[in-house]
Amino acid sequence: MKPFVVSPARLRVAEIAFWLLLASSFFLLPDKLTLMSQIMIFGLFAVSLDMALGYAGILTVGHAAFFGAGAYAAGLLAKHGWSEPFSGLLVALLVCVALGYVLSYLVVRGADLTRLMITIGVCVLLAELANRLSGITGGTDGLQGMVIAPVLGLFDFDLYGRTAFVYAYAMVLVMFLAVRLVLRSPFGLTLRGIHDSRKRMLAIGSPVAARLRLAYALSAGVAGVAGALLAQTTQFVGIESIGFNRSAEVLIILVLGGTGRLYGGLIGAIVYMLVHDLFADMNPQYWMFWLGIFLIAAVMLGRGGIMGALSRLVKIGSAR
Amino acid sequence: MGIVIFDGVAYGMLLFLIGVGLSITMGLMNFVNLAHGSFAMVGGYAASVLMNRFGLGFSASLIAAFVCAALVGAVLELLFYRRLYRAHPLDQVLLSIGIVFVSVAVFTYFFGPSMQPFQLPPLLDGRVLLLGVEVGRYRLFLIVCGVGVLAALLLVLGKTRYGAMVRAAVDNQRVARGTGIHVQRLFFLTFSLGCGLAGLGGALSLGMLGLEPSFPLKYLVYFLMVVCVGGAGTVTGPFIAALLVGIVDVAGKYYLPEAGAFLIYVVMIVMLLVRPNGIVPRKGIAA
Repeated sequence: MKPFVVSPARLRVAEIAFWLLLASSFFLLPDKLTLMSQIMIFGLFAVSLDMALGYAGILTVGHAAFFGAGAYAAGLLAKHGWSEPFSGLLVALLVCVALGYVLSYLVVRGADLTRLMITIGVCVLLAELANRLSGITGGTDGLQGMVIAPVLGLFDFDLYGRTAFVYAYAMVLVMFLAVRLVLRSPFGLTLRGIHDSRKRMLAIGSPVAARLRLAYALSAGVAGVAGALLAQTTQFVGIESIGFNRSAEVLIILVLGGTGRLYGGLIGAIVYMLVHDLFADMNPQYWMFWLGIFLIAAVMLGRGGIMGALSRLVKIGSAR
Repeated sequence: MGIVIFDGVAYGMLLFLIGVGLSITMGLMNFVNLAHGSFAMVGGYAASVLMNRFGLGFSASLIAAFVCAALVGAVLELLFYRRLYRAHPLDQVLLSIGIVFVSVAVFTYFFGPSMQPFQLPPLLDGRVLLLGVEVGRYRLFLIVCGVGVLAALLLVLGKTRYGAMVRAAVDNQRVARGTGIHVQRLFFLTFSLGCGLAGLGGALSLGMLGLEPSFPLKYLVYFLMVVCVGGAGTVTGPFIAALLVGIVDVAGKYYLPEAGAFLIYVVMIVMLLVRPNGIVPRKGIAA
């Protein structure tokens, strides 16, 4: 089959159309706004994982550590009187970048198996911490009683999730554009080089370990913002925000969408969450069964998820 | 003090039984297999069903658990694992997480979410006086099993032709292939053996950890920990690591209950930082 050729200019149009379509769900699906906000937040979370896993090639199954840390950071701020949302996000971002940078010293050294273990270990450790410090975090009951001030002092978070949707949309778009900028910068190209051939990058004098550490920290920060957004828009932080299952879930979202591609995480989140919503009344055990089957099939049959399949159909090039 | 160490050792033996197969397969093929606990669960359920529904004896059930888990392992190796030896570790992680999810769902469907009932055989019930400490007979039995398996594995790996081939393939797969060792078949056998041992461990865990469908997820980190901390590809490494993990975990829960499972993760991370290639690193890795 001959691939369909798209020029870069058309691709830009497709990108804009994607975001406009996402925005139009505000008018088209007025009773699904909460779901749409969550989809975008999980999309951002998957994009952050993609930075570490798809671009930098750091095998991590513990990214919910940062999602949860960001959620708790924003949630605790809001609970203890700091109700302004933007600064809450900023604090979550900074906390998670710092946490990610410290942890990156543990993660970047060692082989894949060691990395895997350290990321799982840290994630489970933080989950256990959140569980034990129930006086602060609410433990298994979740963190409740947050007060979020109106956005820009004008728009209060309403019951229908309208403000939440617009707020989440704007923040996810800003973060996504930032990630896009970072990944297209020389720094992003270095990451791609390291992912493809670490030895060559070392040979041409690239400080591989330092680049990977920075990428991991940035990715942690983006994951933290996603967590904080979820905390602010739902005004609740559940203990399940942090932990192995959430990490596995976001990995599935990313694999479904396609790793190493900017839009993979977003597309994956849209498909995954819509399907999940469709089968919401299904017994969670059966959901797990189909997820497992999907994972096995994804590994055995297809490569690259939805974006990978798209890239086989559509080629980017000059329109001639 | 004595009883805490004893219980820790017994727990460690269980972790060793389940983890040692994982260590060999990871060392041999660099396969990141998160689904090892599922094989333990297969063995455990096989033993439980045979004992509770068909009235089979305890020792016969243990053998059946080994055989069942080894068979399931062999089938899955043929169907899935075989094709992913050279794949990216991410693919291996995804496949094995998929297998864990499916196994958890299937076992919940057929056996319900509750814990499997288990009746200790009369011979292993109760306590016995050992060096002035009253210890549970079942735990003593676990320790005997663990040491027995360790001795058997060391003998097989150290003295037989099969063991020599496994050691050669772990140390340097390409050279081993070059000398005419059929590494693929070797791995198939070793994988099945490892799964069988995991099944045995799963059956033995009926009386200590309890068995429920979430077993592979609940103890996933512990099995991987034993392998990572000990050193993938060795037998003595996981043994030492399992003892360490078992004793630290039991002691932590006994003396510092408020710290909970904390201590063990801290110990793991520190151990991985001090010795990234494990307590007993295999040959061929630069230290």
